[in-house]
Amino acid sequence: MSFSRFSLAFLAGLAAAAAGVANEFSPAIVYDFGGKFDRSFNQSASEGAQKFKADTGIAYREFEITNAAQREQIMAQLARRGATIIVAVGFTQASAVEKVARQFPEVKFTIIDAVVDLPNVQSINFREQESSFLCGMAAALASKTGKIGFVGGMDIPLIRKFALGYVEGARHVNPTVEVFQNMTGTTPTAWGDPTKGGELARSQFGRGADVVFHAAGATGIGVMQAAQDAGMLSIGCDSNQDYLHPGSVLTSAVKRVDVAVYKAFSDARSGTWRAGQVALGLAENGVDYSYDEYNRGILTPTMKQRLDQARADIVAGRIKVSEYKP
Amino acid sequence: MSPAAKLPRWAEFGLLPAVNLLAALLLSGAIIRLIGESPWAALRLMADGAFGSQEAIGYTLFYATSFIFTGLGVAVAYHAGLFNIGAEGQAYIGGLGTGLVCLALGHWPFWAVLPLAVLAGAAGGAAWAFLPAWLQARRGSHIVITTIMFNFIASALMTWLLVNVLIRPGQQSPESREFAPNAFMPGLHTLLGRIGIPFAATPLNLAFLLALAASVLVWLFVWRTRWGYALRVAGINPAAARYAGIRPERVTIGAMLLSGALAGSLGLNELMGSQHRILLDFPGGAGFVGIAVALMGRNHPVGILLASVLFGALVQGGSQLSFDMPHVNRDMVVVIQGLVILFCGALENVFRTPLAALLGRGKPEGSNR
Repeated sequence: MSFSRFSLAFLAGLAAAAAGVANEFSPAIVYDFGGKFDRSFNQSASEGAQKFKADTGIAYREFEITNAAQREQIMAQLARRGATIIVAVGFTQASAVEKVARQFPEVKFTIIDAVVDLPNVQSINFREQESSFLCGMAAALASKTGKIGFVGGMDIPLIRKFALGYVEGARHVNPTVEVFQNMTGTTPTAWGDPTKGGELARSQFGRGADVVFHAAGATGIGVMQAAQDAGMLSIGCDSNQDYLHPGSVLTSAVKRVDVAVYKAFSDARSGTWRAGQVALGLAENGVDYSYDEYNRGILTPTMKQRLDQARADIVAGRIKVSEYKP
Repeated sequence: MSPAAKLPRWAEFGLLPAVNLLAALLLSGAIIRLIGESPWAALRLMADGAFGSQEAIGYTLFYATSFIFTGLGVAVAYHAGLFNIGAEGQAYIGGLGTGLVCLALGHWPFWAVLPLAVLAGAAGGAAWAFLPAWLQARRGSHIVITTIMFNFIASALMTWLLVNVLIRPGQQSPESREFAPNAFMPGLHTLLGRIGIPFAATPLNLAFLLALAASVLVWLFVWRTRWGYALRVAGINPAAARYAGIRPERVTIGAMLLSGALAGSLGLNELMGSQHRILLDFPGGAGFVGIAVALMGRNHPVGILLASVLFGALVQGGSQLSFDMPHVNRDMVVVIQGLVILFCGALENVFRTPLAALLGRGKPEGSNR
């Protein structure tokens, strides 16, 4: 490339950037450490943003965080470059959103999995305990040994929330059920260690468990693989993972981060976006258990009936699922 | 190994690193070309992102500050013949000390909090280095293995503390409450503003000056004191050291304590200077970058300073690069950083012999010196 061509391209880029500032709708999304290809939480968010782009033709800016100081810097930069709405994915972004949202009161911020109480911030939280409850029920119903397993990523409040709902759901079906719980690690690599996930699942199978639920991001891939290899059942998390091992993945605790991101973008575009807290549970279809052609063979109609009944009871408030509070 | 060719000083410390850096950048450019972006534009974005504005410089030096602390820590141990892989864990626990002081004494005036926070950081880091040091000195357990293990113990301990003890009740994120403003390290932009120099607001803070001071102190200690002399002698030849009346076991423990204390000061920059709370995984790999920084800087404070700024620039420039070029994602940035480490660290001798021949100095490898 000759230098003049390069400078032309550079100028064109500058012009485009300048045009972008002029009051156009310009959404942005900031992923957390897991990155947008974690097959789970962040990826789900990324799919929501992609769907928005496909439906509207509006491009969005995105960034994957690599260190703590970056969060504030990147969000401020997005705001300065004319972002209309910035979606911050994950609870670790809360303090950065709080600081930057104060600096840029005219920019809209949506944070997922945390609460930031400011007039230009929308906080979206999921009631993961409700879908985990249903998955715990499914596990206890499907288990022949009366022993089930749970593999978490890191021992943090969010994962304890999953575990608590799971245990309650299982006890709801079978009060004497035994639940083995393991966490993968203590550093963020715990979200991306399928080998260790597989080991933990195998050790739980060795102790007699025959269904295992993971809430461990990409580590869960190994958990589900181990279940498939051992002829046991697994339960997926965040995204619908039933298709990964048809006939071995009993169901998935689906968390519709994609819907949340899509809705934040499109609401901001149409002017219906509102600051404040949004809680998404079973009633709002924000979380659910999955049922599709991949798990139809193992999630029997009687099980499905019990789950749907419990689902209705939770929505109606007849069953109260406890929420882990740090 | 055959002796490496000798280069004049200016080439050894100026030309050779520059050539290595250039080679790394050329190869990075080729990779960027492969994924369909312009290497020129990428380089400009990176350089501009790291040094192009006050904000860029502020962030670059902020990252560099952390690397200086951990780099100095690794270097001090290295002079004593010890390879401290545990700077990450020592920084983590040191930061815990600093953070606890800030949480407890936030209502005190800053100038009273600062010395205590510095001491607590150093004490935490040193304490975490003590056991591996003692095991090496008295039991011969290899320091590389034990310090790596202590990194994991540190992260397990910190996760437990943050999730169960220090967490601010009612929030999801395993973080402590925010420090009181008195315990914030003043930003360099406020300090400069006070003497009438305007500077963009960045996380760059007083800890940068503390890191520079630590560099001077390390230089004085290692090259200008008896203890530093003992340290270097024990590092080069423990047997000779023992003959000279130096006790290598003591040197091992002393060097590791100092090394841990330096790495433990990272919290001054990350926690007091930027995050203002204790949070999960705040060292963020700076302990490991410190190893690369120390190796690249030839374990000399001046070299460490320059290498830290280079790595700070790679982090900050790399972040800008992936911000502006969506095809260059964060993993690509890690590849570029890795190439720089590869060429400047592991392959540093590749260009030495040709350079020496070119300069007409020294002899080719393997000949008599």
